[in-house]
Amino acid sequence: MRFDQRHLLGIEPLRPDEITTLLDLADQYVTLSRRREKHSNVLSGLTQINMFFENSTRTQASFEIAGQRLGADVMNMAMQASSIKKGETLIDTALTLNAMHPDLLVVRHPHSGAVDLLAQKVHCAVLNAGDGRHEHPTQALLDALTIRRAKGRLHRLNIAICGDIAHSRVARSNILLLQKMENRVRLVGPSTLIPAGMSEFGVEIYDDMRKGLEDVDVVMMLRLQKERMDGGFIPSEREYYHRWGLDADKLSHAKPDAIVMHPGPMNRGVEIDGTIADDINRSVIQEQVEMGVAVRMAAMDLLARNLRARPTELSA
Amino acid sequence: MTATLLTNARLIDPDADTVTEGAVLLRDGLIAEIFDQPEPQVADADRIDAGRAFLAPGIVDIGVKVGEPGDRHKESYKTAGLAAAAGGVTTIVTRPDTDPAIDTPEVLEFIRDRAEDDAPVNVLPMAALTKGRAGREMTELGFLLDAGAVAFTDCDHVVTDTKVLSRALTYARSLGALVICHPQDPGLSKGAAATSGKFASLRGLPAVSAMAERMGLNRDLALVEMTGVRYHADQITTARALPALERAKKNGFDVTAGTSMHHLTLNELDVSDYRTFFKVKPPLRSEEDRQATVEAVRSGLIDIIGSFHTPQDEESKRLPFEEAASGAVGLETMLPVLLRLYHSGELELPTLFRALSRNPAKRLGLASGRMAKGAPADLVLFDADKPFVLDRFKLQSKSKNTPFDGARLQGKVLATFVAGTAVYRSA
Repeated sequence: MRFDQRHLLGIEPLRPDEITTLLDLADQYVTLSRRREKHSNVLSGLTQINMFFENSTRTQASFEIAGQRLGADVMNMAMQASSIKKGETLIDTALTLNAMHPDLLVVRHPHSGAVDLLAQKVHCAVLNAGDGRHEHPTQALLDALTIRRAKGRLHRLNIAICGDIAHSRVARSNILLLQKMENRVRLVGPSTLIPAGMSEFGVEIYDDMRKGLEDVDVVMMLRLQKERMDGGFIPSEREYYHRWGLDADKLSHAKPDAIVMHPGPMNRGVEIDGTIADDINRSVIQEQVEMGVAVRMAAMDLLARNLRARPTELSA
Repeated sequence: MTATLLTNARLIDPDADTVTEGAVLLRDGLIAEIFDQPEPQVADADRIDAGRAFLAPGIVDIGVKVGEPGDRHKESYKTAGLAAAAGGVTTIVTRPDTDPAIDTPEVLEFIRDRAEDDAPVNVLPMAALTKGRAGREMTELGFLLDAGAVAFTDCDHVVTDTKVLSRALTYARSLGALVICHPQDPGLSKGAAATSGKFASLRGLPAVSAMAERMGLNRDLALVEMTGVRYHADQITTARALPALERAKKNGFDVTAGTSMHHLTLNELDVSDYRTFFKVKPPLRSEEDRQATVEAVRSGLIDIIGSFHTPQDEESKRLPFEEAASGAVGLETMLPVLLRLYHSGELELPTLFRALSRNPAKRLGLASGRMAKGAPADLVLFDADKPFVLDRFKLQSKSKNTPFDGARLQGKVLATFVAGTAVYRSA
């Protein structure tokens, strides 16, 4: 069992065996989380700071619970309300943080690459909780764990990722992860929301959702941001729902046991029919949330082990 | 004034497309004589043994940003001049995208004075085409021309209103003035930090299609056809823009094009993990585009290479990629960096200096840029092979934002002469 990363900045740097290591450990944390007494002390004595430069409820809550279950001291910093407004640069923020000696730093930022930049300047382990349109590694890992538990494997599956690929960090991380684990990935969506050069990633691209869902094992829906509707990228919400919203008819083209996923929060009636989202035989959306906590516990545990294996750094 | 005899040199003549052994006599600011023997006997001249180094016409760099007025902490005329001298650039042609923009004869005169006092190389200013580079009203083109503006450009601000642009071009045409535009479709390129494609998609960066350059160029060329203005496209960096350029030249329009040292030597993958020193405008392109651009320089379709020297302080670069400022310094690094193309066999030295010295001088109507008797003695002496590792903190520029920090380069400037006087000698 090996996990050689100092940070979790994305799926791109991870090896397949590291992904498996993390998911195996996450399985154990699912078990722990389902017990009445959920506490472990693997992070005790460590300080975790959640820094969100962009609004988030679920991801931030998930990281907070994960840290607390493992015994870390957790602090939340809502950055959009704080120093950023006062003109402090990201680098200055990093230097300020160093002086507080955190061990784990969870960061979400609206700009691609901002978390990488921060990781270069701080002494602690950094977890990317989403940067711009770049990566959202823990989301891809929780999706992978959900798939592995539902399908019994995480290889040789046909997986369709549907909707707004262009603006989605979730899609990018998922494509990278699922390809590393040797699955076939299809992208389904309006061509205005499929970014350039995607065919070079070795994915299949479908404009027609019925064809795109043909014989897939997993249907991953993405959220369509409200501000992207109405004329900019798609003609209207109702045309989008008609052509790319997941309903029973479109889903009938997938395998009979195909599962339906969504990273949340959902727009019912825009990208997904509410009855499908609630169908416990098809939808694993609730499981995804549960797996999210377990995967984040595993990620922080593994990074903390590597942190403890290193000699204490002299603070600059 | 004493004469200087540079002996034992290899002379690069971009007009004749040759490299020959010989010696050059500099007197009264001019090339007084060119000898085809390496060690001629000349009375009362200081002899400098070039040791078989290359001697070429000094570089004429069109599109240099100096931080005066407005951003003197990023670059002053003094530091830009020192950087130019150290890089074999004997004439810098400055951009008007300062703060405020160089859009009145008064501002132009101010910077001419500053340049004369402080810079050891020739400085020729360009002026804005529209007031405040805002694309609404043309500047006092006639007064600015009289005050010494060598060309008019709004730099990377594209004049989107074609009526405004067509009038400015028509007026410039009547003055015989050269107008330099930035061919880029403004709508398509809005907010872009990279060229669209696999790399930009992987990194999640807002991107612009390479086609935006062709669209911008096509529009400009239609206006050139309409107005008959003398037109120069500042940077052509994509394969798909080249056929339009070729057509315009074939049809006899007074059109030339430039490209940047960065687009000839780097591609989009060099951005790697969001390295903001590689953020330039237009963004770095694919390797195919880079190769096509090099080929266009070789064939002469692209006339001019520039550094597009853009000093930025550390703060404006130490930001997330999308928010970071664009541009890189290049005055001092341009020659060694472009020598990569010589060492890789992509460009011959006379071809390189045709694009670095001869063509820009010709386009601006300067007498320099030639290895010929009677031409100004603006020359660069360089060793094309000497290897070194670039340390950005050793650059003369006030700003150190070069993408070539730590790069292994081959080729060093040994001396730079402006009007026969050595303004730089390597240690």
